[in-house]
Amino acid sequence: MVEEGSTLLRRMEICVAEAEKRSGKNAMSMQETFTVYLIETRPMDAVAEGHNPAPDCLWRRYSEFELLRNYLIVTYPYIVVPPLPEKRAEFVWHKLSADNMDPDFVERRRVGLENFLLRVASHPVLSNDKILYHFLTEEHGWKEVVYETGFQAKADSRLRALSATFRVRNPDKRFMEMKHYSDELQSHTSQLLRARARVADRLYGVYKVHGNYGRVFSEWSAIEREMGDGLQSAGHHMDAYAASIDDILEEEEHYADQLKEYLSYAEALRAVCRKHELTQFELEMASQDLISKKQQREELSTGIVRTFSFKGMTNKLFGQEAPEQREARLKLLEDLIAEVVKAHIERAWVDIQRFKEQKDKDLREALISYAVMQISMCKKGIQVWSNAKECFLKM
Amino acid sequence: MTWNTSLADGSPMPNSPSSLVNQYRLEDDDEGQKDANTKDIFIAVDNPESQVTAIETFIMYRVATRTTRSEFDSSEYEVRRRYQDFLWLRSRLEDNHPTLIVHPLPEKFVMKGMVERFNEDFIETRRKALHRFLNKISEHPILSYSQHFKVFLTAQVSDLASHKKQGPGFLSRMGETVRAVANSVRGLRSRPEEFAVMQEYVEDFSNKMCSMDKVTQRIVKEQREYLEELKQYSPTYAQWADLEEELADPLKGVVSCVVQCSKESEEQIHHLSEVLVPALHEYVLCAETLKAVMRRRDNIQAEFEAKNEALLSRKVDQEAVKEVDGLADRMEQANNALKGDWSRWQHSMRTDLRSVFISTAEKNVEYYEKVRQREISASDSNFTHTEKTQTELLFLFFF
Repeated sequence: MVEEGSTLLRRMEICVAEAEKRSGKNAMSMQETFTVYLIETRPMDAVAEGHNPAPDCLWRRYSEFELLRNYLIVTYPYIVVPPLPEKRAEFVWHKLSADNMDPDFVERRRVGLENFLLRVASHPVLSNDKILYHFLTEEHGWKEVVYETGFQAKADSRLRALSATFRVRNPDKRFMEMKHYSDELQSHTSQLLRARARVADRLYGVYKVHGNYGRVFSEWSAIEREMGDGLQSAGHHMDAYAASIDDILEEEEHYADQLKEYLSYAEALRAVCRKHELTQFELEMASQDLISKKQQREELSTGIVRTFSFKGMTNKLFGQEAPEQREARLKLLEDLIAEVVKAHIERAWVDIQRFKEQKDKDLREALISYAVMQISMCKKGIQVWSNAKECFLKM
Repeated sequence: MTWNTSLADGSPMPNSPSSLVNQYRLEDDDEGQKDANTKDIFIAVDNPESQVTAIETFIMYRVATRTTRSEFDSSEYEVRRRYQDFLWLRSRLEDNHPTLIVHPLPEKFVMKGMVERFNEDFIETRRKALHRFLNKISEHPILSYSQHFKVFLTAQVSDLASHKKQGPGFLSRMGETVRAVANSVRGLRSRPEEFAVMQEYVEDFSNKMCSMDKVTQRIVKEQREYLEELKQYSPTYAQWADLEEELADPLKGVVSCVVQCSKESEEQIHHLSEVLVPALHEYVLCAETLKAVMRRRDNIQAEFEAKNEALLSRKVDQEAVKEVDGLADRMEQANNALKGDWSRWQHSMRTDLRSVFISTAEKNVEYYEKVRQREISASDSNFTHTEKTQTELLFLFFF
């Protein structure tokens, strides 16, 4: 798990403190408005000693976080890389703005970006990455450094490979189960999020319509003598009830965000499993190559041609390397790939276990806080309606 | 008289009217000892049955009466009546007491979408309203002693038919109406202050009741839609629970809470549509009744003023003077009757609406208490000791 003193987060305090709007010219020289986020860092030992140094800070926009994450995914294909908060507001219920500039959305994104940095900086492997360190400490020139690593080329081929279809003969069973699990997790969490958004929308409607009682009671109280006071105060409680749903649903968005994080995590998990399939496939191709080369040699020596191979023919005609040399080369290649497969399986399996424990812990906490929220909502409801009842009794 | 929803539960109909009426009596006791002790007549409307004749099909309701009043020959009666009979009764009462506030009847059938006239819910809603109507009449200090009311409660179907024929004929009633309209077209000189105030109140009250009715129906609609979504929500947690190991129990906990929420929502909706909506709707109709009462009072005053003016502009004529005096008396009686009935009606309205508002508030409190209880017990069984302690600390600090 996490070794003592090894992760960045133990040495450095990190937070995403603020968000600000900026305008500038984009790549096509068009005026655009975007949001930048302030990353503050402080050395942990200074904080521990009771000093309160001013934090170092720099501004980054969402696209830079994306760049960092893409770099990490490509560079550490055996790690389930923590996800970013959503690019666009998904699973929106009607009131919540789908606008990226909406202050509530920006605030929730700020929290999500901080969460991302904390997760990455506390990861036993990712936290040691130099590019990550530069991201947190060098405002200018960071992008150039990232591109210089040449990860972009790997990113493109990764994208191609992940979307390609191919059949693997002997994938590691555990990884196939994990891949299946990640698909299911994605499916269930997205269904859940969709259903929750619709429930939230309807609940909002129920609460808000009660606000109309507030208005009518108030008007009605004006024409009554004995009932007037009771109606008037009951009306106030109805207004309070209608207003209370805004806070309730805002809190629930936090719960939804926690689920969204794991929806994205499922995708990251799937990518690690796919990478295994890829490496395994390459191994199988290499072995297949080796086998067919051996076959050809046999055929050549025995004179029985079983399968036609163009390469075999050209080799026969133009005689390139000696078959033994080529075989040796292919065997070496096969061994190398087998190493890659093995290394990926080992390292990925460790991280998958880490991820599993983290997921169970985080989601338990999320479900607890959801229950607490529901209980608090019920308590408020009891209060409002008990108060309203008192008012009606006085009518 | 409290709102009676017990008949909706489909319990078997008791055979004798008295046992049936006893059942209602027990519920009436809830309203307070005073009412139960002074009430000497108990009426129940139930047992709708459809009757088929060559010309038409209609519903007959059983009207069961139990009384200790001396004007009644017997202490128990059981008759069968149809909606038309109720209409007849009400119109006789209004004719005889034009400025008393006669409780409204449920509306005539209106073709609304696919709802049929013989739809079970429609019949049940109507039955409850008819029950209320008769009980309201029986509680009225003047109307409950009406001869027509007695005949309605006691006469067999054929006797009622002959009694109906005795009343003022159709033509004479038409004549009265025409005269009234002719007089009122002239307009009132001025309405006495207290009736002007009443008129204004009646108009405002009518608007408020319509608004209340609309808002409540809208709430029912929104609640129903919420319930639909809840039903889609719990399975998503259940399916996910099947996929997980450690998380299975907490996820199933959420399922049980959402299911409880659905169950309680259904109860809430039931209460709203069976108790609150009918009560508000009834007072929408009451408001219309009040408007009609105000109009009739105005007409009586207008008739008097018209004749009185005619008299003043002609030479004295014994007949004319007598007529005008008669009209003056009639006007005074009408005004006094209304004044007396007005405060009785106000008190009754306040009691009725207060009681449905209270029961609605109680129902809502119950909803939140039951859901909260389930949330707490689900948390209890699904979270570890440390997690529970954390939650309890949260409770201590914030709740």
